[in-house]
Amino acid sequence: MTEPVRFTIDGRPAEAEPGVSLLAALWNDGARALRSSVTGEARGPLCGMGTCFECRVTVDGQPHVRSCLTPVRHGMNVGLRTASLPVETTSTKASPPGASPSVDAPQRTESVEPLEAQVVVVGGGPAGLAAAVHAAEAGARTLLVDTYTQPGGQIWRHSVAPPIAAKHWIARFVRARVAPFVGATVVDAVAGELLVEHEGRPRRVRFDRLVLATGARELFLPFPGWTLPGVVGVGGAQAMFKARARFTGQRVVVAGSGPLLVAVAAVLAKEGARLVGLAEQAPLGRLTAFAAGLWRTPRKIAEGLGYGWCLAGVPCRAGAWVREVEEKGGTLRATLTDGRRTWTWDCDVLACGYGLVPNLELARLLGCETAGDRVVLDAAQQTSVPGIFAAGELGGIAGVDHALVTGAVAGLAAAGRPISAALAHRRAAELAFGARLSRAFALRDELRALARPDTPVCRCEDVAHSRFETVASAREAKLATRAGMGPCQGRVCGPALAFLRGWPEDTIRPPLFPTPLAVIEDGLGDDRGQA
Amino acid sequence: MSASSPYVIVVGAGVVGAACAEALTEAGCRVSVLDAVFPGAGVTGAAMGHLVVMDDSDAEFALTSYSRRLWTERAAALPPELEDEACGTLWVAADDEELAHVQSKAAYYRERGEAVEVLDRHALRQAEPELRAGLVGALRVPADRVVYPPAAARHFLERARAEGATVEAGAHVEELAPGRVRCAGRWREADLVVNAAGPEAPRLTPGLPIVPRKGHLVITDRYPGFLRHQVVELGYLRSAHTLTRESVAMNVQPRKTGQLLVGSSRELVGWDASLNRTLLARMLRRATEFIPGLPRLDALRTWIGFRPATPDKLPLVGMWEKGLWVAAGHEGLGVTTAPGTARLLADLVLGRTPAIDPAPFDPRRSMAAHD
Repeated sequence: MTEPVRFTIDGRPAEAEPGVSLLAALWNDGARALRSSVTGEARGPLCGMGTCFECRVTVDGQPHVRSCLTPVRHGMNVGLRTASLPVETTSTKASPPGASPSVDAPQRTESVEPLEAQVVVVGGGPAGLAAAVHAAEAGARTLLVDTYTQPGGQIWRHSVAPPIAAKHWIARFVRARVAPFVGATVVDAVAGELLVEHEGRPRRVRFDRLVLATGARELFLPFPGWTLPGVVGVGGAQAMFKARARFTGQRVVVAGSGPLLVAVAAVLAKEGARLVGLAEQAPLGRLTAFAAGLWRTPRKIAEGLGYGWCLAGVPCRAGAWVREVEEKGGTLRATLTDGRRTWTWDCDVLACGYGLVPNLELARLLGCETAGDRVVLDAAQQTSVPGIFAAGELGGIAGVDHALVTGAVAGLAAAGRPISAALAHRRAAELAFGARLSRAFALRDELRALARPDTPVCRCEDVAHSRFETVASAREAKLATRAGMGPCQGRVCGPALAFLRGWPEDTIRPPLFPTPLAVIEDGLGDDRGQA
Repeated sequence: MSASSPYVIVVGAGVVGAACAEALTEAGCRVSVLDAVFPGAGVTGAAMGHLVVMDDSDAEFALTSYSRRLWTERAAALPPELEDEACGTLWVAADDEELAHVQSKAAYYRERGEAVEVLDRHALRQAEPELRAGLVGALRVPADRVVYPPAAARHFLERARAEGATVEAGAHVEELAPGRVRCAGRWREADLVVNAAGPEAPRLTPGLPIVPRKGHLVITDRYPGFLRHQVVELGYLRSAHTLTRESVAMNVQPRKTGQLLVGSSRELVGWDASLNRTLLARMLRRATEFIPGLPRLDALRTWIGFRPATPDKLPLVGMWEKGLWVAAGHEGLGVTTAPGTARLLADLVLGRTPAIDPAPFDPRRSMAAHD
């Protein structure tokens, strides 16, 4: 038995399994409310993968640390629900963030050479791995940049051993001598060069060709109570579970939409969670038609059957959705409806998510043309910007096989290799699967009417739904209400407002993620020698 | 023109146009405001919102101090969205030469009734512990304030609307003439038209001496208490004066939210809206020279804006020709001077005697380049 990690929560001693995320450590200690919102509401984790910024805590005096991306370490002093409240007057002096002696000012990095490769791949999920492997095997000097320290992305994220498919790709990745640059987040980009934050410091990465494989995040839609601690995403619950947050013995409701619901419910049930129920908003008729179409891809049927027995005895409702959730004496009471009748499910955790939206920010910053929620791509996965390719969810939400195939196409094309007819055929088949998937799980109109006037829509800035009545675009909403102005930079409320109001998202400006000013100070200009 | 109740079309719902709409409505005019996008979408949405008294010229001091007084008088009635805060300004001196400048600046302000305080090295450390050691002193202007500019524009329009004004967003004015504007192909008549289109003003009224002067800003996450004042280097004036070169100066603002707004840069590159990353980096390094803890803070967003600049650094407020008035060209002081500009314009329109001398702001004045 390895020694537990000893740390403190608000000064109180706590222990965690080594190697878990700080979020999992806090969750396993029983903490659900991690931060105070700008109006003082308690908030807990939502996405579990670094995009929603709801799991922020103070670590050793440093505020705004995403606990989901931070490994728990010996001696950490963690503060919950601190440092977010706005100051009322200038005389209310809080301790400045620089006060902690353990935090050194980031150093200037003039001496650090830029990294450089013929093909640079951004994102280490299946699409990015496949692209990097194919480009490298085709002889291109290839580098892969990923925010996470472990290749495999969200889907192949793991805490002990990777899934078999992931093992295969990771082994190939190592054999092909792709240079990994992990724990590294792209925060800005211009033609031929990325600005990357690595451990709080800037690093430039130069490329001849670029493959974007930035994946997707979960779509969250506002409903009354959706900001309560204990209400997490479906992918969020999965990501937390993979980071070894425990759900054993907890009553869990899984709701929302998409194939992930069944998968996550099954995994949680297998690990000892008490599944109260599962509610999929898509009607049964569409789900049946979709399932019937799976004969085209037999492996996907096997996956579906594999989950079946885990959920035996769990009430599963199609055409049903969560209308609201309330907290009563430490229990969450979810009210569900199928449009005709309503019922309640009591639980400790409500996992609710409405499918995936692609992470288009980097593609849009680089000027790649988009149509709706995808990047416009040609048959070689090339974007409208020559030399910039995209793979996986950026070209449409179509699952892991689509990601692997489009990754292969993009990697080969970026390395200057032709695409075989067989590969082109598989690409077309996976795209068709994606189209069927999005038809099957298309979101119903009733979901647009769930938020009440006082329901927060922007969770970073606590902007209530009613405040959007007098504005007519995402940009106007930003300036008039502050929606999208917080640290998640509109990653949660942007797609929600796009669904609720039909507003296209506002223009993209760097940094793509909050990053120390030290990183931006490095800039991406070409006059570093003269500056 | 009906003398009792003229009908005015204001073109541009930035903070200046919005304030003009409010003042004209209050003065009894019937007012319509047309904006090509939405209120505060242009230079106002990109502005810092520092309400600051400036002494670049006597006229600038007169307009800025008059305006800031008007802001202060209404501060208690401002809705919370404006994030109004009387944080004051610290003009920071890096060396003895600049400290001498602080003394003369202090004398100038005091002669004109503005309460200021000269801080020595020690007092400056006390006032702002995050400033680096070795700075020799500062001028503290305690009555300067900060607001959130787009909320200010919306507030002024709300007040105008409550008094009967109409506001149309998405109303792109294609052409403008004395007493009429063409919008969506249709001419609309008024007793007079006010061109308050900021950097776009010369497109509608050729000959107005206004050019877009680009600036960059960066905003951080929330770090309440990191700074207490808006801190500006005295060299800011040098930066603000140059009309041709690109320049940067340390100008950092604590927002009521706890965020820090970091500026500033100036360059003349026409309407090129791309981020000048080299200049942005220089701007941040300049700020870091004064505030060494700054690089640790997380940046959330960067953006650019186009300030409407005139050759003599003073706005154009008054009649351009009969039936066509101007309230534009405020460069970086539009938010500060919006209330004073609006009062001045309304007084002139209605033939009342303004509180400050209007001559330096006459749009038809002869203008030598200031620098």
